[in-house]
Amino acid sequence: MSVDDTTVRRIARLARIGITDAEVAPLAAELSAILGWVEQLAEVDTRGVPPMAAVMPKRHEWRDDAVTDGNVREAVLANAPEALSGFFAVPKVIE
Amino acid sequence: MSLTDLTLSAMRTGLAAREFSACELTQAHLDAMAANRHLNAFTVETPELALAQAGAADVALASGSAGSLAGIPLGIKDLFCTKGVETTAASRILEGFVPQYESTVSGKLLAAGAVMLGKLNLDEFAMGSSNETSAAGRVISPWKAIGSDAELVPGGSSGGSASAVSARLAAGATGTDTGGSIRQPAAFVGITGIKPTYGRCSRWGVVAFASSLDQAGPMARTVEDCAHMLTAMCGHDPKDTTSLDLPVPDFAALLNADLRGKKIGIPKEYRLDGLDPTIAKLWDDGLAWLRAAGAEPVEVSLPHTKYALPAYYIIAPAEASSNLARYDGVRFGQRVMPEGGSLADMYEATRAAGFGKEVKRRIMIGTYVLSAGFYDAYFTQAQKVRTLIARDFEAAFEVCDLLLTPTAPSAAFAFGAKVDPLDMYLNDVFTVPSSLAGLPAMSVPVGLSADGLPLGLQIIGRPLDEQGVLGAGLALERAAGFTAKPEKRA
Repeated sequence: MSVDDTTVRRIARLARIGITDAEVAPLAAELSAILGWVEQLAEVDTRGVPPMAAVMPKRHEWRDDAVTDGNVREAVLANAPEALSGFFAVPKVIE
Repeated sequence: MSLTDLTLSAMRTGLAAREFSACELTQAHLDAMAANRHLNAFTVETPELALAQAGAADVALASGSAGSLAGIPLGIKDLFCTKGVETTAASRILEGFVPQYESTVSGKLLAAGAVMLGKLNLDEFAMGSSNETSAAGRVISPWKAIGSDAELVPGGSSGGSASAVSARLAAGATGTDTGGSIRQPAAFVGITGIKPTYGRCSRWGVVAFASSLDQAGPMARTVEDCAHMLTAMCGHDPKDTTSLDLPVPDFAALLNADLRGKKIGIPKEYRLDGLDPTIAKLWDDGLAWLRAAGAEPVEVSLPHTKYALPAYYIIAPAEASSNLARYDGVRFGQRVMPEGGSLADMYEATRAAGFGKEVKRRIMIGTYVLSAGFYDAYFTQAQKVRTLIARDFEAAFEVCDLLLTPTAPSAAFAFGAKVDPLDMYLNDVFTVPSSLAGLPAMSVPVGLSADGLPLGLQIIGRPLDEQGVLGAGLALERAAGFTAKPEKRA
């Protein structure tokens, strides 16, 4: 699989990672090499094989529908880059 | 002999007999840490906290209420959230992050009376095999090759843990293992480390890399030391839905190197072309030692072995791309806000500045293999191959009880020796398959390379058979008599 520059920009956009023009070509080469290598998986006959869901199968657990935590607003916001009036603050998203 | 040279087990005995105090033991380690900062093993040192915990351990030891690890000085890999102590996963994006809670595993160790010396360096978000990707700078191995002063990698991702335990800066350390991050660094620095069965240790509070693979485990200088730590670290945690609700054995009390009646499988696919002859010979020696302990060797086949690495390098990045989506500059960590930018601009600038090269590469690979049109060809196919790899092990365990393999295809290498990502990924060839199958596996130091660098052998067991893995590990440890110590420490 060869990844072209347009694809690199698209993936970076999907991953929300800003990249400079100078980074595009080297990334395209690296990603192409890695994807080219993993493509050998296509030669494995997996007809009728289910994809792995859990390596240690276990029954899902249920717990009582009761409050276990809360009233810790300060702790929740303690690491926020920006907090205002008890909320996480972000740039304006509505014009 | 310095207190720091004692094994964790000998420290327990000495503390219980009041031959030395927990405060003395902790101070000896803090002094060793201060004298060995050139190794860059710690991201944060917590001497005041350690001495306070040691004081509490001394009180508990005196009153007879001490936990199983009372007064034992440990390092905690900086992937475990520690309440009130900065936790960065060695990433710029988490710089300044101070968890408001304690991870279950580190909390269990503290509850058992352990002393936390500080947080240990690692590859950024545990993505790496050499500790070269850390935003806190590379960790240096305390070992050096004969006739060379070149600085060597401690392995990764738990490189700080490996370096600190090997250099006697900590009695033991927590590691995490996604594709070999406990076992490969343990092998590189001549210590012991075990990754338990997936689900034995709670992942709650451990910074997530690839959740279906991530598993915590101990790193220490002997098999018995690991057993003591493992018992304290394992156990059911309702806060992790993959945590197994099973009793935890007292692994150390039940340690048994008598292997009579056990069959040891040698997977023929692990005999790689061009395998280092010293490693091949140690592997043969290891089998002879296990045979001397009563085990019977048997050749087994794990036919999908060659597909484990490519499957891993789809599954792990895919999960990482999802897990690391949370680092967006909103709730925690660093934020980069371009002047007049939008919310999307903030995300992109924050992640561009906060993540290192390898992390970005893996997020992008993961994003690609999960994207529309590619999901089935890559991700679903990799998960099917993972099923086949797990079935290979199941079939092998019908004819044997444990598997013996090398831990890594080489001894520790120099910084910058592997610049091609694929070349680096291949270093995990022996550890990744058992990770994909969720199996318990440990590395035990058994000898030195021609250059005088440690080499390890790996024991892989059936699901939940940590006891069997530790027993065979003990047999290897006793027969190998590995006593070499690193030179590059103050």
